[in-house]
Amino acid sequence: MHSSSRRRLTAVALSTVVAVTGAACSSGAGSTDTKGSDSGTYTLWDPYPQFAKGSAWVKLLDACGAEAGVKIKRTGYDTSDLANKALLAAQQDNSADILIVDNPVVSTLAEAGVLTTTDDNKLDTSKVDPNLLAAGQSDGKTYGTPIGANTLALYYNKKILKEAGVDVASVKDWTSLTAALAKVKAAGKKGITFSAIGTEEGSFQFLPWFWGAGAQLTELDSAQAVAALSLWKDWLKEGYAPNSVINNTQTTSWQEFAGGDYAFAENGTWQLANAKKAGFEYGVLPIPGADGGSAAAPTGGEFVTLPTQGDTGRYATSQKLATCLTSTQNLYDTDTTLSYVAPTGEVQAQQVAANAELKPWVEAVKAAKGRTSDDLGTRYPKISEQLWKAVQSALSGAKSPKDALTSAQAAVK
Amino acid sequence: MKQTIHPPDHPSAHVRNGAAIAAPPPAPARARRRPASEQWAAWAFLTPVTLYLALFYAYPLYRNLDLSLRDYTVRSFVQGNAPFTGIENYRTVFDDPTFAPALLHTALFTAVCLLFQYVIGLALAVFFTQHFRLSATLRALFLVPWLLPLIVSASTWSWMLNSESGVVNAALHALGIAPVNWLTSPSWSLTSVIIANIWIGVPFNLVVLHSGLQSIPASLYEAAALDGANAWQRFWRVTFPLLRPVSAITLLLGLIYTLKVFDIIWIMTKGGPADASTTFATWSYQLGFGNLLPAFGPGAAVGNLLVVAALVFGLIYLKVQRKQALS
Repeated sequence: MHSSSRRRLTAVALSTVVAVTGAACSSGAGSTDTKGSDSGTYTLWDPYPQFAKGSAWVKLLDACGAEAGVKIKRTGYDTSDLANKALLAAQQDNSADILIVDNPVVSTLAEAGVLTTTDDNKLDTSKVDPNLLAAGQSDGKTYGTPIGANTLALYYNKKILKEAGVDVASVKDWTSLTAALAKVKAAGKKGITFSAIGTEEGSFQFLPWFWGAGAQLTELDSAQAVAALSLWKDWLKEGYAPNSVINNTQTTSWQEFAGGDYAFAENGTWQLANAKKAGFEYGVLPIPGADGGSAAAPTGGEFVTLPTQGDTGRYATSQKLATCLTSTQNLYDTDTTLSYVAPTGEVQAQQVAANAELKPWVEAVKAAKGRTSDDLGTRYPKISEQLWKAVQSALSGAKSPKDALTSAQAAVK
Repeated sequence: MKQTIHPPDHPSAHVRNGAAIAAPPPAPARARRRPASEQWAAWAFLTPVTLYLALFYAYPLYRNLDLSLRDYTVRSFVQGNAPFTGIENYRTVFDDPTFAPALLHTALFTAVCLLFQYVIGLALAVFFTQHFRLSATLRALFLVPWLLPLIVSASTWSWMLNSESGVVNAALHALGIAPVNWLTSPSWSLTSVIIANIWIGVPFNLVVLHSGLQSIPASLYEAAALDGANAWQRFWRVTFPLLRPVSAITLLLGLIYTLKVFDIIWIMTKGGPADASTTFATWSYQLGFGNLLPAFGPGAAVGNLLVVAALVFGLIYLKVQRKQALS
């Protein structure tokens, strides 16, 4: 008796599941239909949730929409959420028409087949600096165009360096930088802060030193890589850098520097506006290579991409919108608002002419290198994860730099 | 239950009756039909909850199982044609160098948190059964950790335990003790997140155990006192045994809750430095969402291991409870 009623219950439960999944499928199809019929509205996703309605960015979007004769429906997501949101939307065949996404994510989305190539969408990338465009290329195809670039350099606190008797012109390579840190510490101040957290940010901040030593991402356990990690490790050991860097995001690291106790901070273009508010005189220095010269820093910044659509008729308008967003005048305005360096030589010259402070940043961006470049593509995320783990193991003292990098290289293979 | 269920031969009996009696009197027929319509009504009442369960419990669980049994790459995730690979993802997870430390950390984290939360919660609950002035206010204050959003308490702990500027190290310094790298040392980070989680879990234990204590009749304590039992004996011979059912459910709920703790660890240490505080919950997230290139399959596999662990303990609890009910 019990079993018969239980069986009936199972049958009901099963039929509900079938009904529910059926409904879910059909509703999915329904939503794409409405999108097709409502062709006057184009969706755009960006990683700039800080820009609300009425901001220059949103006004620009509206202006570009008006120019193309359509309405733009814009949604701002947190950067770290955007890649997963884009993948899920593509799975539901509900991608945005225009997707502005952090550059190392482009190759992942391209691998997933979410993005159209510039051959298909006819975006013009001829004016873009090739080292910046490389982050959006894989297997010889280009999947979008950069809207702006940023990279890392060393901010320094002029007052602290003066009190410690450091001439900033003497900081040319790792030896002279470490010597400067020693002087600062002897003067009772703190040396340098950076972010070595166990996320992509940690790898991003380590890469200038890694590349500056001459190491390659394809060989994490090279002698040069060990030298770069040992440099950081020794700074922690000597007390030139605080132990908290292991848990620092780039924002918390900046807060430490803005407190006014640190001589140096490794941080990005996007902190320029905050640096002006910090209340002390600061300077910017390219990150030195091991034996002098500027180290290649990784490029940050976003790409404008056009996700694949079921309705291919939408591409023409999407292309118009993307071209409008990346036109010379609009790039200048957008990159000024974002505190980014423009991706084209023409606009970079304009930026430097308007604000001479940007010169070291433009130089740094020209020397910068995409993380997914060298045809690493979707291999980069795995390498990066092992790299930040190795950095964390070495800095926290769990392993020596050499052992940490050896096991990182073994895990990548 | 028994009364509403019809014997299986009922419908045929009904037909036989209907055939035998040419013009059945209306009243008895209606009386016979009523149970059937009652049953339809019962199903109708059941439908919303069945739908809800299927949509929000069964389907996600099925999807998670499905994710863990297929080889998902970003491409096949979007196109939905991931090949079925059986237990391959589970094998990947078991062979991963992170598996053993994550298992150990999950076990340690859960066991130590449960033990301390329960002991401290019980001690406080017994303490608060003695009514004194401001006891209600004080008890309410103890609930604060429970009421705060986790992001707030975890961020606060993370600031307090910061190696450079944290208040804990400042206090240690004042006492002449060398600073501890609470969150950035591989030997301390797990301890730090355990401490924070105990602080968050104590109020729950306090509330449940306190209400359990209310249900123990005061006459038992009087009788024990008359028999010459001291406070210690009264606790071990009266309070503790009578509190056993409440303790069991508190510990079980605490266990399920602690197994899946994610926010505190993620906010305080991100499972680091270098996996030193990684548990299954953070590892599952790390695999699925913590990398630019998500590994959905292995991530789902780790999640399922957690579900199974919680289920096993739930079943053990049910069994123990049934045994207690029988005896």
